[in-house]
Amino acid sequence: MSHYKLKLPQIIISLFLLLLVVIASALRMDLTALLNQSIVKLVMNGVLVLSLIPMLNVGAGMNFGLPVGIIGGLLGMCLAVNFRMTGFYGFCMALLFSLVFCMLLGWIYGLILNRVKGREEIAGIFIGFSFIPLMNYFWTLVPFKNREMLYPIGGQGLRPRISLENYFNHVLDDLGVITVSGIEIPCGLLAFYALVCVFLYLFFLTKAGRAAIAVGENESFARLSGINIAQTRLIAIIISTVIAGFGICVYAQSYGFIQLYDEPLSMAFPAIAAILIGGSTGKKTFIFEAVLGAYLLQSIYLLTVPIANAILVPELTEILRTMITYGIILYALLIRERRGASQ
Amino acid sequence: MRKREGSPIFNSEYVVPMVFIAVSLLAWQFSGLTGSFVFNQVLNRFIRDGILVLSLIIPVVAGMGLNFAITVGAMSMQTALLIMIAYRVEGLTGILLAIILGVLMSVLMGYVIGVILNRVKGKEMITTIIIGFLFNSVYQLIFLVGFGSVIPVLNEEIILTRGIGVRNTVDLGMYRNTIDKLWLFEIGNLEIPFFMILVVLIFAAMIFYILHTRFGQEVKAIGSSTQTSEVLGINTQAVRIKVIILSTVLAALGQLAYLQNIGMFDVYTAHLTNDIISCAALLAGGASIKHAKIRHALVGVFLFHTLFIVSPQAGQNLFHNAALGEYFRSFVAYGTIAFALIINVRNENN
Repeated sequence: MSHYKLKLPQIIISLFLLLLVVIASALRMDLTALLNQSIVKLVMNGVLVLSLIPMLNVGAGMNFGLPVGIIGGLLGMCLAVNFRMTGFYGFCMALLFSLVFCMLLGWIYGLILNRVKGREEIAGIFIGFSFIPLMNYFWTLVPFKNREMLYPIGGQGLRPRISLENYFNHVLDDLGVITVSGIEIPCGLLAFYALVCVFLYLFFLTKAGRAAIAVGENESFARLSGINIAQTRLIAIIISTVIAGFGICVYAQSYGFIQLYDEPLSMAFPAIAAILIGGSTGKKTFIFEAVLGAYLLQSIYLLTVPIANAILVPELTEILRTMITYGIILYALLIRERRGASQ
Repeated sequence: MRKREGSPIFNSEYVVPMVFIAVSLLAWQFSGLTGSFVFNQVLNRFIRDGILVLSLIIPVVAGMGLNFAITVGAMSMQTALLIMIAYRVEGLTGILLAIILGVLMSVLMGYVIGVILNRVKGKEMITTIIIGFLFNSVYQLIFLVGFGSVIPVLNEEIILTRGIGVRNTVDLGMYRNTIDKLWLFEIGNLEIPFFMILVVLIFAAMIFYILHTRFGQEVKAIGSSTQTSEVLGINTQAVRIKVIILSTVLAALGQLAYLQNIGMFDVYTAHLTNDIISCAALLAGGASIKHAKIRHALVGVFLFHTLFIVSPQAGQNLFHNAALGEYFRSFVAYGTIAFALIINVRNENN
């Protein structure tokens, strides 16, 4: 498949988005402001979506164990904040620490997933889910010294929400913003996003990357060609985990808080839904699909908030989000298995 | 039928319950709770969760893995109860109507889930998780947005002050502990709700009976090999749908036992973790993803809930932080399932 084809879910989602835009303009909302926010939201969540690609392409399925990578990123950020590293330097150090933690976690995660080949998705969900309470011990008992991270009373245990106000809040968001007739283009943020995309693109041109795609497409054929399956899968899973760690760093600097404890529990699902909306079927996925999907889903999320508030049921936003998220994942599971059966 | 067991040294059917017993004993020592308190609590959990855990057995035997979509059955029963409360159908009529409506709804839901699962053979577990989440948001849509706005409600007490949506908690005062207190024997400090224990055991016997009928033989045949059973002339698709319908109906009845035991009805959260806790309990009793017996369910509820009851207090005494015990509980629940998945798939691949 060399050129891109629109599929049914994308058409439905795009039409839904269009409908939301029409409603928003009918309610006289500031569309320019919404557009500006949608660009920030794209990158804020988009890196997490990109992190799914290596695992999809190596045939390890949708990474429901995304919390593993997210926790690596959280560890990196907490360490940077603990050492009071601020500004752009602080953010880069957070990325560096995350890289180390995520490589280690990704390696262990990859070894486990190699043992449950064919059942990575269900195993990934529960590895992620059980890793979170384990890390809750760490967050509660870790002897960090920065008072701004700890519970104000008692002085032990990290807060569930650590403010990044004095550290690296919005460092990428505010980097090189160009305003063209009201539309703000955050060049720094987009450049970071592009960098991750280019890295992924280049990775799949290398020998290891081509091997990963070969394994994902036909494992027995790849084995016959002399590719080390376990090692190739391990590399892809580690890269996925590292990018997931970077993804949460970007997310946190945009959001303004590091969210610990049970917060990563449900973060995998919107990311997976996004890549599926972009046109992935849970197998080989193009970078373009991840970007498109992230933009469509995040724009919908963004638009549902003011609209739901306008009709006085604020909970509607969350309900609609989860319905779209799980609906699209279920649809993808159904479609993929049918294709698998017909092959 | 030859059943695949683990290696003789590391047979998780016995190792997992042993680990649970050991950890529970250790945690109990640190918790400082009296034996009779723990026993009463565990027995209470047994009659509360027993039927829900039992509802998982038949899908496992059919080779469909853990049915995380039992939350859908639970939601069907909750919907039926809420409708009864919303239209003020009280007393015995209310509860009987709720049972009938809940069972009918869960049959319908079970059919839908069964049809979906027939299209995702080999990926049933992940699909049931997603189905559970999806139906949960539909459920929320109906009761948080639909009730009071599109659907008229007679009973104003259960509606939020803004006029739309059901409150977070609805009192089930009129049903609370009605059947739990039947035939309640007290031996010293121990309270034994004999009637409800009997009900759980009757359900267990029913499942045992179903698995030994002709239908049960077909289910077992499908569980060991779908292809062979198709050659034998079994309509696998239909049997699999029936299996899920049965599981969903049992889950609905299980949720009724659960709610009447608690007496308070958390409309949006009562069903949420039931799937994880029930699955973990079944696995704690020594079941695997491919192999479950009734004794696994009955033993598992005891083992799992003993640990669940003593761990917060043990965390409080050991680290002066009850939250750590909570984390330990969630870790045990999720970790047991993760462990079972990893071990089982490894055996399969070997």
